[in-house]
Amino acid sequence: MASYALQRLIQSVFVLLAASIVVFLAVYGIGNPIELLVPPQASALEREELVRRLGLDLPLWRQYLVFAWNALHGDLGRSFVHGVPAIELILTRLPATLELVVLAMTIALAGGIPLGLLAGLNTESRASRLIMGGTVLGYSLPNFWKGMMLILVFAVLLGWLPTSGRGETVEILGLKTSLLTLDGLKHLILPALNLSIPNMALMIRLVAAGTADAKAQDYVKYARAKGVRPRRIVGRHILRNILIPVVTVAGIEFGSLVAFSTITETVFAWPGMGKLLIDSIYQLDRPIVVAYIMLATFLFVTVNLLVDLAYAALDPRVRLVGEAG
Amino acid sequence: MSAFRHAVPAFAVLALAAALPAGAQTLRVALSSEPTSVDPHYHVLAPNNALAAHIYDALVDTDEAQRLVPALATSWKSDGANKWTFQLRKGVKFSNGKPFTAEDAIFTFCRVAKNETNIAGGNKDLIRGMKSIEAPDAHTLVVTTVEPEPLMPRLLAGIQILTSSIAAHGKITFSLDTNCGVTGPWPTVTQFNEGSVAIGTGPFKLKSYVRGSAIELVRNDDFWGEKSPWQAVKFVPVTNAGPRLAGLIAGDYDLIENPAARDLGRLKDDKRFAWVSTPSSRVIFFQLDVARSPSPFVADAKGENPLRDVRVRKAMSMAIDRDAIAKRIMDGAAQPAYQFLPTGMFGTLPNPPVIRFDPAAARKLMAEAGYANGFDLTITTTNDRYVNDSQIAQAVAGYLSQIGIRAKVDAMTRAIYFPRRAKREFSFSIGGWGSAEASNFMRYWAATLDAKKTHGTSNYGGLADPEFNDLISKALVTMDDEKRAELLRQAGAKLLDLHAFIPLHFENTIWAHRADLVVKGRTDQYTLAMSVAPAKK
Repeated sequence: MASYALQRLIQSVFVLLAASIVVFLAVYGIGNPIELLVPPQASALEREELVRRLGLDLPLWRQYLVFAWNALHGDLGRSFVHGVPAIELILTRLPATLELVVLAMTIALAGGIPLGLLAGLNTESRASRLIMGGTVLGYSLPNFWKGMMLILVFAVLLGWLPTSGRGETVEILGLKTSLLTLDGLKHLILPALNLSIPNMALMIRLVAAGTADAKAQDYVKYARAKGVRPRRIVGRHILRNILIPVVTVAGIEFGSLVAFSTITETVFAWPGMGKLLIDSIYQLDRPIVVAYIMLATFLFVTVNLLVDLAYAALDPRVRLVGEAG
Repeated sequence: MSAFRHAVPAFAVLALAAALPAGAQTLRVALSSEPTSVDPHYHVLAPNNALAAHIYDALVDTDEAQRLVPALATSWKSDGANKWTFQLRKGVKFSNGKPFTAEDAIFTFCRVAKNETNIAGGNKDLIRGMKSIEAPDAHTLVVTTVEPEPLMPRLLAGIQILTSSIAAHGKITFSLDTNCGVTGPWPTVTQFNEGSVAIGTGPFKLKSYVRGSAIELVRNDDFWGEKSPWQAVKFVPVTNAGPRLAGLIAGDYDLIENPAARDLGRLKDDKRFAWVSTPSSRVIFFQLDVARSPSPFVADAKGENPLRDVRVRKAMSMAIDRDAIAKRIMDGAAQPAYQFLPTGMFGTLPNPPVIRFDPAAARKLMAEAGYANGFDLTITTTNDRYVNDSQIAQAVAGYLSQIGIRAKVDAMTRAIYFPRRAKREFSFSIGGWGSAEASNFMRYWAATLDAKKTHGTSNYGGLADPEFNDLISKALVTMDDEKRAELLRQAGAKLLDLHAFIPLHFENTIWAHRADLVVKGRTDQYTLAMSVAPAKK
């Protein structure tokens, strides 16, 4: 077991290393950020001073080594554009993104599972067709357009909710959250809804397909023959069995929403990490982009590692394969 | 707008706010781009400069037409050579209660020169070009420069004054080698953003700066000048034009900058909103690769660069219908340009020759130059930097094709465009530049590259005209305003004759706002709470 864990750990380190090299090269390849930062009024001397301070005068491989060495010490560099540590910039944005994603996923699951069950149980009914048709729209309409429509309807025409931005925040355990103020929640609803729609559509399709499949299974037929109440069949037998893929997909979606909900954040001027990433890419703010991707990779690698270790603990076959290899 | 009547909650709040006495109001502004720092010396960018103007003052200020007006200096004069004397305003206090004196100015200039957390922008050079700064008394400042610097007041308008009380210091003198008498650490960009050292003499004080969310200011009741009618100002960055306008209509903001001109139709019939569209000093132009051959994106039948021929360049300029571009593509929010700074600003031609849209004459000129059959050209442009930039390039390609030039458009994001342009990878590329007097554009874009003197740092077209270079070099050290203006006019006329740049138009800046506000648009495109007042009833 220990050797398997070690093996997986080493693999994870290599994944991180590879990711850092790829991202570093990619951002480096786009172009020279100095041309975006420095106006023509700056003298050659002033310009060179900045180039040197940002470490851009070194050859690429040395820039990478400097970065890697600092990263090992927990320093992912300073933003070219903002002049503050990249990691600090990203982490101050994390709470805004997390609350948005948590709310969005809650809406997606709370709406998606019951609707999916409904659609899956009566595949031929009109309601089911309506729901399934809706998912196609929910999934295929562009996020940007949906966001604008939500703003138009709920903020401009009805005037119920604010158009964009983050509301009032309160500090809890050092983290600023807008989940606990009325103003904050009002600001949260539209972007969370926008983010949740495609995910809800995905959940509905998953659950509906699973349900339709499960209800034809022998164990459901047997339960029905045994005279189990329909409610219990759905809740205990069908739902439990189809939840496994739902949980898996929800987990993956959660991760990618945290890291890449850029469009929604941009439309709603939400001060989250996704917006920071997209702004930084446009400005060639390499330290932010690299730190961001590294952090996202780290997140995914850690989760994967934990999952794999959990598998190993549960399933002896995995362990044996690991030791043989 | 019957739909809006349903917007009860938001609008009720708005109506309530409007009913309150002017002194109690908060002005809510949606910005199209966010300042990157509260440190006024961090990065010379329009959003940063605009924010700084609320909190700090420079010695000299600029009004809405970019004319110099007194600020912390009440008057200034030069001795006709290397010395500038500034009389400083008395009785001014910083927002921490400390009085403003010449020492603060010297401290500030030292900080600019010693700043290790900023992004290069030219101000360091300005300070390093100062031989000495003396303060004969607490309210007089004498600046002696190495080279004559006629633009000193203009340049100092870009340096916001800090209080020396934000760093431990002994006696402050202008001696960069001995750290000017500052004994403690210099304040950093982070300290400014947190607000602990964001102390100025301006009309507002910083309340909070939350990156990505909002910047909140409160009125400085001890301000030396005219006090703002706004008790507080809240700037919210909303980078997308659609949501920004929606926010105005929904009553979330009182003022928004840069709504899309084509969307203004929605406000037209709505009495609750109005907008101002102010011609700015930002010129949009094409820069032509005029020197080398071959050139990467233009080639005649022999593979040579036809842009070296001034007749070809002139023909191209004549083939473009500037009025149509301003009217249709820019939706009227642009003024056709025939020089590089709007007529009337310092050193401009009073009557620049209008380049008539005349494709027939242009074709003739092309034939004369031996290009009756045209040539192949790729126009390179950004698609996210200037208003409608890629559509403009498309239109120009259309016009050029009418005189036989087979023009294509290559549009790209600025993150790719600017680094490539700096490597001189283009032949016919879009550019934009805003300035306050005529020497600026000519020095950085048209003069031949001279890294030592910071001339021609953006001369990507390789223009090298000795006569023009002489004129601009002379103008840059001519202290007498009249003589300098004359030299600049000569240089400007020469530059227009060379047709190495094709000026297209000056962008308008648009501010949309509640109808019960009066907004003064600025040619420098800054959005300032100082330009906004409640309408008198």
